[in-house]
Amino acid sequence: MSIPILEVVDLHAAYGRIEVLRGVDLRVPRGAVVALLGPNGAGKSTLLKVISGQMEQTSGDIHLAGVHVAGAKPDELARLGLTTVPEGRSVFPNLSVEENLQLMSYAGVPASQVLDTAYSYFPRLHERRYQLAGTLSGGEQQMLALARALTSDPALLLLDELSMGLAPLIVDELYETVGQIAQTGVSILVVEQFARTALRIADYAAVMSGGRVVATGEPDEIGSIMADVILGGVA
Amino acid sequence: MDSFLSYTFIGLFTGAAYAIAASGLVLTYSTTRVFNIAHGAVGMVFAFVYWDFSQRQHMPAWLALALVLLVVAPAFGVFVQRVLTRGLGSQPIGVSLVVTVGILVGLIGVATQIWPPASRTVPQFFAGHLITLGNVVITWHQVLTVVLSGVVAGCLYLLLNRTRIGTAMRASVDNPDLLQLYGGRPQLVAALAWAIGTSLAALAGILLTPVIGLQYYDLTLLVISAYAAAMLGKLTSLPMTYVGAMGLGILQSYAVGYLPSAGNVAGLRAVVPTLFLFGIIVLLPQAPLRIGQVKGLVSAPVPTLGRASIWGGALVLFAMLLAVGLSTSNLLLLGTAATYAIVMLSLVLLTGYGGQVSLAQFTFAGVGAVAYAKIDQPNLFGLLVATLVAAAVGALVAIPVLRLTGLYLALATLAFAQLMDKLVFQASYAFQFNNPLHAERLSVLGLKIDGTGSYTVMMTIFFVLLALGVIAVRRGRLGRILIAMRDSQAACGTLGLDLRWLRVGLFAASAGIAGLAGALFAGLRGTIVANDFQFFASLLVLLVAVIWGVTSVTGAAIGGVFLMYLPVAQSDHANIAGLLFALLGFGAVALGRDPNGLANKIFGFNSWVVDRLYPALAERYPGMALRSRTDEWDGAVDGVDDESLAASGTEVERDVVVAG
Repeated sequence: MSIPILEVVDLHAAYGRIEVLRGVDLRVPRGAVVALLGPNGAGKSTLLKVISGQMEQTSGDIHLAGVHVAGAKPDELARLGLTTVPEGRSVFPNLSVEENLQLMSYAGVPASQVLDTAYSYFPRLHERRYQLAGTLSGGEQQMLALARALTSDPALLLLDELSMGLAPLIVDELYETVGQIAQTGVSILVVEQFARTALRIADYAAVMSGGRVVATGEPDEIGSIMADVILGGVA
Repeated sequence: MDSFLSYTFIGLFTGAAYAIAASGLVLTYSTTRVFNIAHGAVGMVFAFVYWDFSQRQHMPAWLALALVLLVVAPAFGVFVQRVLTRGLGSQPIGVSLVVTVGILVGLIGVATQIWPPASRTVPQFFAGHLITLGNVVITWHQVLTVVLSGVVAGCLYLLLNRTRIGTAMRASVDNPDLLQLYGGRPQLVAALAWAIGTSLAALAGILLTPVIGLQYYDLTLLVISAYAAAMLGKLTSLPMTYVGAMGLGILQSYAVGYLPSAGNVAGLRAVVPTLFLFGIIVLLPQAPLRIGQVKGLVSAPVPTLGRASIWGGALVLFAMLLAVGLSTSNLLLLGTAATYAIVMLSLVLLTGYGGQVSLAQFTFAGVGAVAYAKIDQPNLFGLLVATLVAAAVGALVAIPVLRLTGLYLALATLAFAQLMDKLVFQASYAFQFNNPLHAERLSVLGLKIDGTGSYTVMMTIFFVLLALGVIAVRRGRLGRILIAMRDSQAACGTLGLDLRWLRVGLFAASAGIAGLAGALFAGLRGTIVANDFQFFASLLVLLVAVIWGVTSVTGAAIGGVFLMYLPVAQSDHANIAGLLFALLGFGAVALGRDPNGLANKIFGFNSWVVDRLYPALAERYPGMALRSRTDEWDGAVDGVDDESLAASGTEVERDVVVAG
């Protein structure tokens, strides 16, 4: 079996004295979409923060494509091909759409190519290219955020709560795009509270609870035990 | 017509220099959210550096200029960003104001230390080259300045709007963390912005020096014009800033040309930029409340009234002892310390509790002093009137800027202080120029307090009473509202609290306390001059208050003594006078992030002894009978500030020093 694109081994992390991750083990195989599910406060977003370099672990290891990364800054990881779309609206509200897209070229793809790809996937962004991103609707902002995932040709894509605060129809639309990205061979780790949406596009799924991964498996299996996990059955 | 033209050209020249300075200010503010009060001081220091290179070391002008603008200034800018102002943008506005005021004072100190006062001249660029248009003569220097300002504006526009790093600069204001996820480097971007901003400040300083002279304060305060211009662009728009700077330059030039140079409005010519700034701030649309900005500061503990009274009584007794023992000149110093302490008390109320920053506290003291001297009623009535007059003036400043918060309010007070300095205090109804006012010592209920010793004791009593009053306010409902306002105005708004009039009241009360201090000071000295209440002193008061703790009465007491001692130390050790300023300024930079200051460290000492030292000693010497406290929460609420409790976990009881 080939080396997984992401391997997390016995990862611990804490906010001050409060330990949030208590020994997380997780693998994302190359080219696979892994859905990370779990109730509020399970540590999902914290895990993404640690992987993307925004937060430092207290112990444990992270391997990206077999390379042990320790103490790497988020901007270094971003330039190496790790694209993170954090939760909330991850756009710069006071820059125009086009300027937002221009900044995406930091990940290594030339700006003109970024613009082409983004506009071909989302014609709506082209219509609004001179508009400030903060004045876009929530769904359009998330499109803009996803455009970074589309255009930067990442080795690994981390998506945190894409659905937050959006209408179900728009969520479906966005996840369709995620599915398209996955088909191009990008490895994706999706964090999502709405299990069904994420499981539809996932190859594997993992469930976190209380700072640990408590279950892993095929989407179908996980889907059938989700209720138990959330209600505290599996541990 | 000819004179009109030549005034226009002079105006264009000054406007161009303002534009250069202002665009630097806008650049640093819009990329790091730090409003650099010290921008002018930076320009001043680099004008001196340029003088040093070109005149003292006889480098060619172009080499000196290139060295300053391309090497020294950017390096200094990066240093300031990396070391002094890092992370300030996300702090409460008061903190970043204090830190940059600290840089301002520190830079003035450094400049006076390295280049002691002497007459220095910097020649114009291309000196002797003139252009004659009819009867109007323009120097190449002026033309160069105007051209450079255009080049700077154009380059900055291109940088910010047409390049990726410029876009990243603007992005880093919105969300530096996200920029990092994009692969950008917010620290690098901020450093670049500060490097360019500092260079622009230096360029403006160097261009203006041949015209206004190489002075510490003139160049530093010149930045007020830049503030005004930048405000017109709401601190973000470069084109508007440019327009504002040019307009202001021309306006000022016409003011110099056509306003009367004598009489009560003679000072008007000097304060055109300040009036401009004040006007723009007042007319500015309301700044939106920034939400999600709950940055509650952990306050110093507030003592019970009983405990405070005991310490206050002890302080008065101590002052009595000193009054018997000290010489008259030393007693005058003690009285001065009491004055400063009372002024700082006004800051405890305003800044420490209310979270508003004022850069004009000493001006209010001056108003109180003038009122006290003018009405010539050396009794409690006169004192009351002086206090009320100062309070009314304070309210007057606060009302027009009622809608504004933080930075704008602080800048309004700065503009106000400057106005009073140049316009009102110099006028015939106040001090006039260098004309001392006479004031009588106070009499309380028919009992005249004549001796310097007894007067000093009385001032101490006033301090203690006011301190008790401030503590009582803090412990009551009003105090809770103040703290809530300081922590989050938006949250207060959602609770339905109307804070506008509270802010005016707070400002008035604070100005009143400062005015009272001024009145008492006038009585102490007998004669007062405008120089006693200079604008610069207000900055020092703020810095010292923050260093010693602007959230506690103790901080005010110690700070008062410290500020009194500062000029004494400076005259005792004249060769390091500048260094002392620099120490004070950079001390504030270091300590400004914790407004609780050094006083709070003193409060922590007792519990440190009991909680840390006693157990350690008891372990080592088991036989020693040391009382170690038990970690229980019983009775914790009684008489203890809940904020400090939340912060310090296990501390159950607190021993608090009120006045020292």
